[in-house]
Amino acid sequence: MLLSTVGLSKTYRRRDVMVAALDDVSLSVEEGAFATVTGPSGSGKTTLLLTLAGLLWPTAGSIRFRDRSLEGLSDAQWAAFRRENLGFVMQNFSLVPYLSAHENVCLPLAVGRVPKGEQRRRADELLDRVGLSGRAEHLPRELSAGQQQRVAIARALAGAPSLVLADEPTGNLDPQLSRDVLGLLQALNREEGMAILMVTHSPEAAGAGTARVHLEAGRVVSAHGAAQVGGPTRAHGAHLR
Amino acid sequence: MNLVSLAWKEIRHRRASLISGLVAITLGIAVIVGIRAVAVASKHAVAVKMDSLGANVLVLPQGASIEDYHTADIDAPTFPEEYVERVVTSGLLGLENISPKLTRRVKIDGVPAVLTGILPQSEVASKPAWQLGGADTEAPVHICAGDSGANVDERLRRQPVEELGQDECLLGSGISERLGLRVGHVAHVETAKLKVTRVLPATGTVDDDRVFMHLHAMQQLLGTGSQVSAIEIMGCCTAISDGMLSKLRNVLPDTRVTGIAQIVATQMATNGLMDRLSWGFLVIVLIVGGLSIGNFMWANVNQRRREIGILRMIGASRARILGVLLAKAVVLGVVGGVLGYVIGTAAVVSAGPSLLGLDVRPLPSYLALSAALATSVAVLGSLLPAYLASRFDPSANLQEV
Repeated sequence: MLLSTVGLSKTYRRRDVMVAALDDVSLSVEEGAFATVTGPSGSGKTTLLLTLAGLLWPTAGSIRFRDRSLEGLSDAQWAAFRRENLGFVMQNFSLVPYLSAHENVCLPLAVGRVPKGEQRRRADELLDRVGLSGRAEHLPRELSAGQQQRVAIARALAGAPSLVLADEPTGNLDPQLSRDVLGLLQALNREEGMAILMVTHSPEAAGAGTARVHLEAGRVVSAHGAAQVGGPTRAHGAHLR
Repeated sequence: MNLVSLAWKEIRHRRASLISGLVAITLGIAVIVGIRAVAVASKHAVAVKMDSLGANVLVLPQGASIEDYHTADIDAPTFPEEYVERVVTSGLLGLENISPKLTRRVKIDGVPAVLTGILPQSEVASKPAWQLGGADTEAPVHICAGDSGANVDERLRRQPVEELGQDECLLGSGISERLGLRVGHVAHVETAKLKVTRVLPATGTVDDDRVFMHLHAMQQLLGTGSQVSAIEIMGCCTAISDGMLSKLRNVLPDTRVTGIAQIVATQMATNGLMDRLSWGFLVIVLIVGGLSIGNFMWANVNQRRREIGILRMIGASRARILGVLLAKAVVLGVVGGVLGYVIGTAAVVSAGPSLLGLDVRPLPSYLALSAALATSVAVLGSLLPAYLASRFDPSANLQEV
C-alpha cells in the first residue's frame, strides 16, 4: 500500500463554531493508482489533499506511507517527505512568476540542493516530456494556461515522486486544454507508474481515474472502483474502508 | 539555481519596491563613510597646519614665563644645554625637531636688538617659513612621519643651515631694515664681528626683530657657559594629543613644558566631534536602517505569501524559507553597503575642497566595512519578518488564487 489514512479528521473553529472539514476519513491508495476525490465545494477535498501532504495538521487520525507512520514528523521531516515522495499540481498552477519555465521545474531540485548540472538535465528532460522544450526560457505570464499547467506537471515530476497530488488541475482550463492535461496525467500514470490522487469536482475529470472517492461535508459517502484490480490502466485504484 | 540566485531573481523582479528598502541603508552608509572620510582628511589637515607653524612645544626653565623668553630679559633663568640630550635619549615618539636656544638683549652697531643663539641644523628645520628664503615663496610644510609629506625637498630644508658658521649670523627682516644690514655686511655684536649670510623673510613674529647666531659661539661670546633659555620642540600633533607634554615633564621635571594648547585642543575637539558624529550616525543607521529594512521585508514577505506557500509545498522547510528570505537581506545589504560607500565617498571627495576646504580622499578599507555593516543591519532588520514568514500557513497561501 502506498498511502493510507485511518480516521482522519480536521476541524476548524470559525466564530466559535467548530467546523469539520474532514470527518473520520479512512482510505488507501495503492502503488500506481490513479484515484480521484470528488465532491461539492466545501466538502473537504482540498483539505484532504493538504493534510495528506503535511501542509495541514489533522485534528485526529493517522497517515501511513508505505507502511511508515507519518505521525509526529517534524517540520523538516515533513518537508523532506514532500520533496522525496510527492509532486503537486494545483488549480492555479502555483508557478513562481519571476522564474522561467525551466527555472520553475528546477525549483524543487534547488530546494533539495541537487547540483546545477543535474537540475538543468532533469528540467530539459521533463519540459521535453510535456512538450514545452521550446518554451523553456519563457516566464509563466508568457505562456497559455494549458502550457503553465504543463510546466506545473513537469515541476511535479522533477523529484521523481511516487505520488502526485493534483488539486483541480483542470479547474482553470477550457475543455480542450482540460482533456490535454488529463491525457498527460494518464500517460504519466501509465508510463511512469506513479500514483495520482486528483481532487476534482468535474465528472469528466473524475472519469480519467480508475477509482473514485466521493466526499460530502468531510465524510466519505461513496467509492467506485474500490479494491478493483486491473482496469484500463495498470493502476489498482483507491480503496475505502 | 540556488538560494542566492533565487533571491537575486526576486529582487530584480520587484526592482521598484526594492528602492524603498535600499534608500535608508544606502544613505546611512553614505553618511557614515562621508563623515569618516572627512574626519580622516580633517585630522590630516590639522596635522599639516600645525606642523607648518613650526615648533609647538616650548621647554622653559622652572619659574620663567613665555614673556621672559620673548623679551629676552637679561635676568631670565636658564638651564643646561645637556637637557637636549636627555630629551633625545628619552625614546619619546613624535619628536620631529628639537631646537635649543639662548636669548639675550644686546646692542648691534649701537642699536638694541635681541640676539638668539641657535643650533642651525635643528633651527631651520623647525621653521618651515624660513626654508626657501624668500618672503613671496610659499613655505613647504613638514608633517608627521607616516603622513603624506614625504615630498618635502630635504635639500632645500638643510642646505642653508649647514652654511651658518660660528662667525656668521642671520637677520630677521625687521632688524635688517632697522640696522641697514644686508647679506655680505658685517654686524658688530658686542665684541664679535659676524658676517650676515642671510636675511630671513618676514614672518610677522618676534623673529623678525631678532639676530640669530650659532648657539655655541653666542655662549662663548656672552660667557654664559653651556646654558640655554629654552628648547623649542616640533612635536607630531597626534603625539601631543597622546600626552607628549606630560611625558616630557617626566623627562625634564625641573622645567616648564608648555604646548600650543589651542591648536592641540582644536585638533582634539575636531577629531572628537567627528568620532562622536560617526558613532551617532552609526546608531541612527542601525536603528533607522534596521527598521526600514524590517518594514520593507514585512511588506515583501506578505507580497510573497503564495510563493512561500509554493516553496513549502515542494519541500522547503521553515528553516529553508528563512534562508531564502535572509539571502535576500544579504544581497540587499551588500548592494546597499557598496552603493553607500560609492555615494558617500563621491560626495565628500567632490564637495570637500569647495565646501570644507579639505582634500578628502577615498578610504578603500571602508568598502568591505560598509558592506559588512549594511549586511548586518539588513539581516538583523529582516530576522523577525523572515521568521514570521517561515511560519505562514502554507495551505492558506496555496489556496489563494
